[in-house]
Amino acid sequence: MQNTAQVVLLLVVLTDLAILGTSRLSSCIRGLATQGLLLGLLPVLIAPQLSVHAVSLAVGTVAVKAVALPWFLAWAIREAAVRREVEPLIGFIASQLLGALALALAFAIASRLPLPAAQQPLLVPVSLATLMIGFIVLTTRRKALTQVVGYLILENGVYLFGLTQTESVPFLIELGVLLDIFVGVFIMGIVVFHINREFDSLDATRLTELTD
Amino acid sequence: MSGNGLVALVILGVVAPAVPGIVVKTKSLLTGRRGPPVLQLYADLGKLFRKGTVYSRTTTWVFRAGPVVVLASLIVASLLLPLDGRAAPARFVGDWVAFAGLLALGRFALVLAGLDTGSSFEGMGASREVTIASFAEPTLFLCFLALVLSTGDLSLSGMLGTPLAAAWPRAGASLSLVGISLFVLLLAENSRVPVDDPATHLELTMIHEVIVLDHSGRDLALILYGSALKLALFGVLVVSVFVPRAGFSGPLAVGLLFLGLGVVAVAIGLVEAVMARLRLARVPQLLVGAAGLALFATILQLQ
Amino acid sequence: MRLLVLCAVPLVTALIVLGAPAFRGRRVPVGLLVTVAAAHLALVASLWTVPAPPALGGWLAADSLGLTVLTLTSVLFLVTAIYIVGHVRLDAPRSGRLFAGCLLAFLAAASVVSLAHHLAMLWVGMEATTLSVAPLVFLRRDRRSLEATWKYLVVSSVGIALALLGTFFLASAQGGLGHPLLLPDLIADAHELHPAWLRAAFLFLLVGFGTKMGLAPMHTWKPDTYGEAPSLVGGLMAGALTSCAFLGIARVTEVVAAAGLGSFAQPVLIAFGLVSLLVAATFIIGQGDVKRLLAYSSVEHMGLLVLGLGLGGVGTYGSMLHLVNNGLAKGWVFLVTGNIVLATGSATAVRNRGLVRTVPASAVLLVLGLFAVTGSPPFGLFTSEFTILRAAIDGGHPWIAALLLLTLAIIFVGMAALILRVTLGEPPAGTGPVRESPWLVAGPVALAAVVLLLGVYIPGPLQDVLTRAAVALGGRGP
Repeated sequence: MQNTAQVVLLLVVLTDLAILGTSRLSSCIRGLATQGLLLGLLPVLIAPQLSVHAVSLAVGTVAVKAVALPWFLAWAIREAAVRREVEPLIGFIASQLLGALALALAFAIASRLPLPAAQQPLLVPVSLATLMIGFIVLTTRRKALTQVVGYLILENGVYLFGLTQTESVPFLIELGVLLDIFVGVFIMGIVVFHINREFDSLDATRLTELTD
Repeated sequence: MSGNGLVALVILGVVAPAVPGIVVKTKSLLTGRRGPPVLQLYADLGKLFRKGTVYSRTTTWVFRAGPVVVLASLIVASLLLPLDGRAAPARFVGDWVAFAGLLALGRFALVLAGLDTGSSFEGMGASREVTIASFAEPTLFLCFLALVLSTGDLSLSGMLGTPLAAAWPRAGASLSLVGISLFVLLLAENSRVPVDDPATHLELTMIHEVIVLDHSGRDLALILYGSALKLALFGVLVVSVFVPRAGFSGPLAVGLLFLGLGVVAVAIGLVEAVMARLRLARVPQLLVGAAGLALFATILQLQ
Repeated sequence: MRLLVLCAVPLVTALIVLGAPAFRGRRVPVGLLVTVAAAHLALVASLWTVPAPPALGGWLAADSLGLTVLTLTSVLFLVTAIYIVGHVRLDAPRSGRLFAGCLLAFLAAASVVSLAHHLAMLWVGMEATTLSVAPLVFLRRDRRSLEATWKYLVVSSVGIALALLGTFFLASAQGGLGHPLLLPDLIADAHELHPAWLRAAFLFLLVGFGTKMGLAPMHTWKPDTYGEAPSLVGGLMAGALTSCAFLGIARVTEVVAAAGLGSFAQPVLIAFGLVSLLVAATFIIGQGDVKRLLAYSSVEHMGLLVLGLGLGGVGTYGSMLHLVNNGLAKGWVFLVTGNIVLATGSATAVRNRGLVRTVPASAVLLVLGLFAVTGSPPFGLFTSEFTILRAAIDGGHPWIAALLLLTLAIIFVGMAALILRVTLGEPPAGTGPVRESPWLVAGPVALAAVVLLLGVYIPGPLQDVLTRAAVALGGRGP
């Protein structure tokens, strides 16, 4: 189980880097769905023994992160009729380099934070890396939908870290977290829909009317 | 300097032109055509050797020296690879730097020969080739770095030989990433799709083909053979990383190598059939992605 | 039992309003809003006299800190509900059920945050407050509010995500001692908590919840959001939402103080506080829109809250008192601004002049509000700000005290410039006095009276509760 979990975590990092490098919105969403699936596998792989808690968390995660949210985002893309992300604020190559840097930084920081030996050693660095890469996508992309994708990647990073604490965080709370994220993205999607209607584009850099 | 190694080297030299043939055959079959025979390149080489060479009046000795330097550097580079899975005919600490340097020397000579013609097509191709190389070289070094960290050995014979076989159980993830990165490098350095389309006949879309546009006769034969040998060398790199052969007996290891080379050629053909060529502006992105994978592999090893 | 009812009733009502077909259409169910608000306040008042036992196995409990925020929220909500009665007669929102439903959901979420002793539950409540307010910001459905809502959602969501990470860090620090993430256990085992994780948790929770509070430099969403949201929503946000976010920071400070890491936490808190003050002072000068001005004033007060917390000693009590004063004052001023917007259509200086002739009651209340919010005596904020100043001097930080006085002075000048400009002078030609409905004025007057009272005399029970809260946070009473 340990090795499979390791492979899954590495695949999560690969999906991060893939989303960072792609300019097609549908690829971003597919990457996100894949990441959701991988994240859903992890509770079952990490738990010392198979429990109702782990299985229900896995099912819930897959339902929300791999099915519901990507489906909703795909609907939003269809509504807004966008296909490609325009050149991001710092360029695709620079984003990928930043992503690689974030990866290195995450591993460096994680080595300083002590964690019990029984834990999966890759979990903390991968969670921090995913967090940082989500932040990079959120801040450097122009299209509002891609910013939502970045936010979801950031949340995935936090979720990954939460997996180190499965005993401390009761199932109800995790359910609450998932629900919150779902509702949050739902509201974001509605706002994106309205942005598209109002501004005829999803370019968030156009939202500059309010300023001091 | 095992006998197996030298035998393998000779066989590699003989078999190299078949590798592009396998690639083209795979691609043709997958796209619904019969395609040229696998051994077509041998026939082409034979034909070219019998033909005379024409030199343009604007060229100098650089143009004549180009193909020779390319082939010579590739042959010397092939001496550094452990083809029998254990040791190379020539090995020393840091020979992977020499390997990269020899490949770079060959490319340099080719590019200079192209520039020597004074034609704008070759000049364009040269600048593209060198741009791609400036992204590919760091990636190659990162891959080698990851291999050095995984195996703890500073010579190619160790990085691709016995210590590699020992490193697979604990560094499997890193080595897979390095292998994928090397495959992407293979596509980039040997001008295959998605970096460059070898089948195109439009000069403005070419990268590698256009540099050698002015070569003819024996020079062209040397260059074509050199390209095939370079493809085979990169194929050997990829196969060595994915299939450590140190545990097998000599002849079996060599046989596995050529079998793996065939598989790599089929894989390249598959990629060529499935993907379209990338826009030139996107090629650096692809290579940075490959570099990112290699960097990730390195980070995993640094833990 | 009562605690559960406090959280559940607004939530259930919200779900009914949002879901039941009976509520379809434009009409806002004001009667329902006022009833729920009054019942909520009555229950909260009962908590002051008859303390309630913890509910849900210790997850919900009413301690002094939570009770303060809960009471503040409840009072503000009731005043806003009464205000809404008059408001909808003049300017009804497009979807009555969404308006009322979101407000009720906000009340439920704020109650959860105030009463939660399980820190992950606190987080869930905090996220729920963000989400319930977002549709309210977007009420006008025009470009500007769309932009404001988007910025609000994105920045708040990132902040909340970081706060979640901080919560997980806190669980890591606990590592198995006692019930995970339960506040009493965290405080009891504080000395055994892993210091590296605890420090990281504190930083992430400070940044995360600080984003929700509107501390600089995470305040960027505030001016846009307060500027474009309806004023009554702005009042709830500035008064209640920010107090809930402050509660999140206060909870982790409780744990940090109990663990003896005060020397790590205090400089960080003081730094954030001072930066917020400076940012507020910088941007208040030359402000042209009253609602944006109030947003920056909110940034200033959040800075003061955190500064008091960081200075420790009697500064902690000052922060708690300021929490109450600021919440009430902000509610007051935002509601009055709402009246002005109803009368003239905008809150900018360009379109407003001579308000004292157009809407006399509201204009007077606005000017009094200016004095209150900038900390002039005899209003309550003067007492709390003075307490924090005293803490700075007592703690041997004369530079902080000087900086505090300087920024407060600059802010007063900046705010006075705008507010006096809009209230005094001659109104634009053709605008006569507007009749102000008593529904719209009663609430702000009541809040103003309370803030005035608190400036002169702090009732005993309130002082007790605030002192106990200050002691729990590692400080002391007056």
